[in-house]
Amino acid sequence: MARIADEDIGKRTKKEERAMLWRSVKKNKACYAMLAPFMIFFIVFTVIPVVMSLPMGFTDFNMAQTPKFVGLSNYTTLFLSDKIFIESIRVTIVFALFTGPVSYVLCFLLAWLINELHPKLKTIFTLIFYAPSMANVYTVWQIIFSGDMNGYVNSFLFNLGLINAPVQWLTDGKYILGVCIVVQLWISLGAGFLALRAGFQNIDRSMYEAGAIEGIRTRWQELIYIVIPSMRPQLMFAAVMQIVSSFTAGTVAQNLVGFPSTDYKAHTIMTHAYDYGWVRYEMGYASAICMVLFVVMFLCSRLISKVLGKYTD
Amino acid sequence: MAEVNTSELKASNRQAGRKTGGTVAIFVFLLIAGIFMLLPIYLTVVMSVKPVEELFIFPPKLYAMRPTLSNFGDMFDALKSNRVPFSRYVFNSVAVTVSVTALQCVFASMAAFVLAKCRFPGGKLINSVIVVSLLYQSNVIYIMQYMVMSKLGLIDNPLALILPSVASPMGLFLMRQSISQIPDSMIEAAKVDGAGLFRICWQIVMPNQKPALMTLIIFAFQSAWNIQSGTMVFQEQYKMLPTVVTQAAASGLARAGVAMAAAVFMLVPPIVVFMLAQRQVIETMAHSGIKD
Repeated sequence: MARIADEDIGKRTKKEERAMLWRSVKKNKACYAMLAPFMIFFIVFTVIPVVMSLPMGFTDFNMAQTPKFVGLSNYTTLFLSDKIFIESIRVTIVFALFTGPVSYVLCFLLAWLINELHPKLKTIFTLIFYAPSMANVYTVWQIIFSGDMNGYVNSFLFNLGLINAPVQWLTDGKYILGVCIVVQLWISLGAGFLALRAGFQNIDRSMYEAGAIEGIRTRWQELIYIVIPSMRPQLMFAAVMQIVSSFTAGTVAQNLVGFPSTDYKAHTIMTHAYDYGWVRYEMGYASAICMVLFVVMFLCSRLISKVLGKYTD
Repeated sequence: MAEVNTSELKASNRQAGRKTGGTVAIFVFLLIAGIFMLLPIYLTVVMSVKPVEELFIFPPKLYAMRPTLSNFGDMFDALKSNRVPFSRYVFNSVAVTVSVTALQCVFASMAAFVLAKCRFPGGKLINSVIVVSLLYQSNVIYIMQYMVMSKLGLIDNPLALILPSVASPMGLFLMRQSISQIPDSMIEAAKVDGAGLFRICWQIVMPNQKPALMTLIIFAFQSAWNIQSGTMVFQEQYKMLPTVVTQAAASGLARAGVAMAAAVFMLVPPIVVFMLAQRQVIETMAHSGIKD
C-alpha cells in the first residue's frame, strides 16, 4: 500500500485536476462557442503571424533565403555598435514623453469639458477634435511648415516681424523633432479620446444625483470623486492606445520631414526598424529592434495598469 | 421621446455646482482649441478648391480667391483612364467596409461579453494575449501574415481584403473594458430567469452598451475604409478606393491640389458615419439601475 505523504493530504492528483478542468470546460461550452468566431480569425491572422515572427530576432533573414540562426548577435550589435539605434532610443523617449502623457491628459480633459455642454454641441465638438485622426493629410502640414515664404508659419511670423528669413522647419535639425511632436499631438486625439467620450456617456445619472445629496458642490469634486473612479476601464484603454501611438510613431516623421531625417533628429525606433526591414531587407535585425520596443511598451503598460489600479480602487 | 428630454433636463439641474458662467467659459475654451484643431483640415478643404496658380503665392491666403472644382475634375479624369469603371472601385470599397464593420462588431461584442463576464478555463490567458497583441508591433508580422494568407490561397482573392480585419483586438479590448462595468447581478438575474448566454449578450448587455458599440462602429468603419488593397490583391477589378485615389493624387507638391481633393473626397464618408454614430452615443443616457 502506497503511503500518502503528509503534505499531499487534501491535494488533488494530476489526474483529478485534469478531470475537473475538463468538466469545467464542458460546463462552459456556451462561452467557447461565443468566443469561437472572433478567436478563429484572431488566431489565424494575428496570433500565428506574431508567433512566427517572435524567433526572427535571433536569425539573419533577408526574405529570400531561409532564416539563419545567429543567436544573440542581432541584440549585441544593436546595443554595442549601432550608434544610430542609440540615437533613435533618445528620439523615441523624447517623443513619447512629450506626446504620450500630454495627449493622454488632453484626451481626458477635452472629453470631460465636452461632456459639460449641451448634447447638440457635444456631437459637433467631438467631431472637431476627432477629425484630425480621420484625415491623413501630411501634404497640408508640409505646406504649413514649408521652408520658403509660401509656408503659412513662415509668412505669419514674417508679417509679425519675428523673422527676416524663412525658417527651414522641415530640414533644420533644430526644429524637426518639435514640428513632428506638434503634428503628432494634433492627430493623437484618436481612439482613446472617443472611448473616453463613450465612457462619460455611460456614467449613470443617479451617481451624480447621489453625489449631490452626499455634499458634492463643484464640478471638480464631481470629477475626482465620481467620474474618475467609475471610468477606470476606459482610462486603461486610452492608456494602452496612447502608449502604442506614442512609442510606435514614425510615419508622421517619415511623411513630414522625409526619411532619413536631417542628422537622424527625428529617427524613432520604429523608423529604424523600417530602415532595416524595408530598405535594407535585414528582417532579422528589424525584428530584434521591434522586440526591444515591445518590451519597453509592455513594461510601460504594466506600470500604468498598477497606477490606475491603486488610484481608482 | 419628449419624456426622456424633460427628465434629462431635470437631471442636469440636479447635478452639482453647474453655473452658467463656468459652462460659457468651457464653451469659449473649446471653441478656441477647436479652431486650432480644425485649421489644417480647413486649409486642406480650401486648397482642394484653389486653382493651381493660387497654391504658391506670397503671402499664402487663408481662402480661395477664385474657387474651382478643377482639382476634383483632374482626380476623376485620372481615375477614368483606368481599365475598370470608377463605380467598380466604389462598389468594392462599400462592400468591404460594410462587411468588415458588421462582422467586427458582432464578433468583438460576443467575445468581449464572454471575456468580461464569464469565468472559464483559458479566459485570463486570452485577455492578456489580446493586450499583448495590441502592444506587439513589428514589420515582420506583415510578412508572416502574407505567408499565412498565401498558404490559405487568399492572395489575389477579394476575401483577402475582408478576413484579416474581421477580428480586431482593439475593438475587443474596447468592448471588454466597457462591458466589465455592467454589474454581475444583472447577468445573474437573467440567468435565473433562464436566459442563455447568447440571449443575455444581445438582449440585456448590448442594449446598454450603445456608446461603446457606436464607438466601435466608428473605428471599424474608419479602418476598413482606409484598407490599402495593393499588397493582397493584384487584379484591377478588386482594388479599393484608397489605392486608386492615392495613385491619382501621385505625391509631390506640384499636384498638391489634386492630393487635397483626394483627401477631402476620402474624408466625407467617415465623417458622415461618425456624425450618425455619435448622435446615437449622445442620445444614450445611462438609466438608473444599470450600475450597482
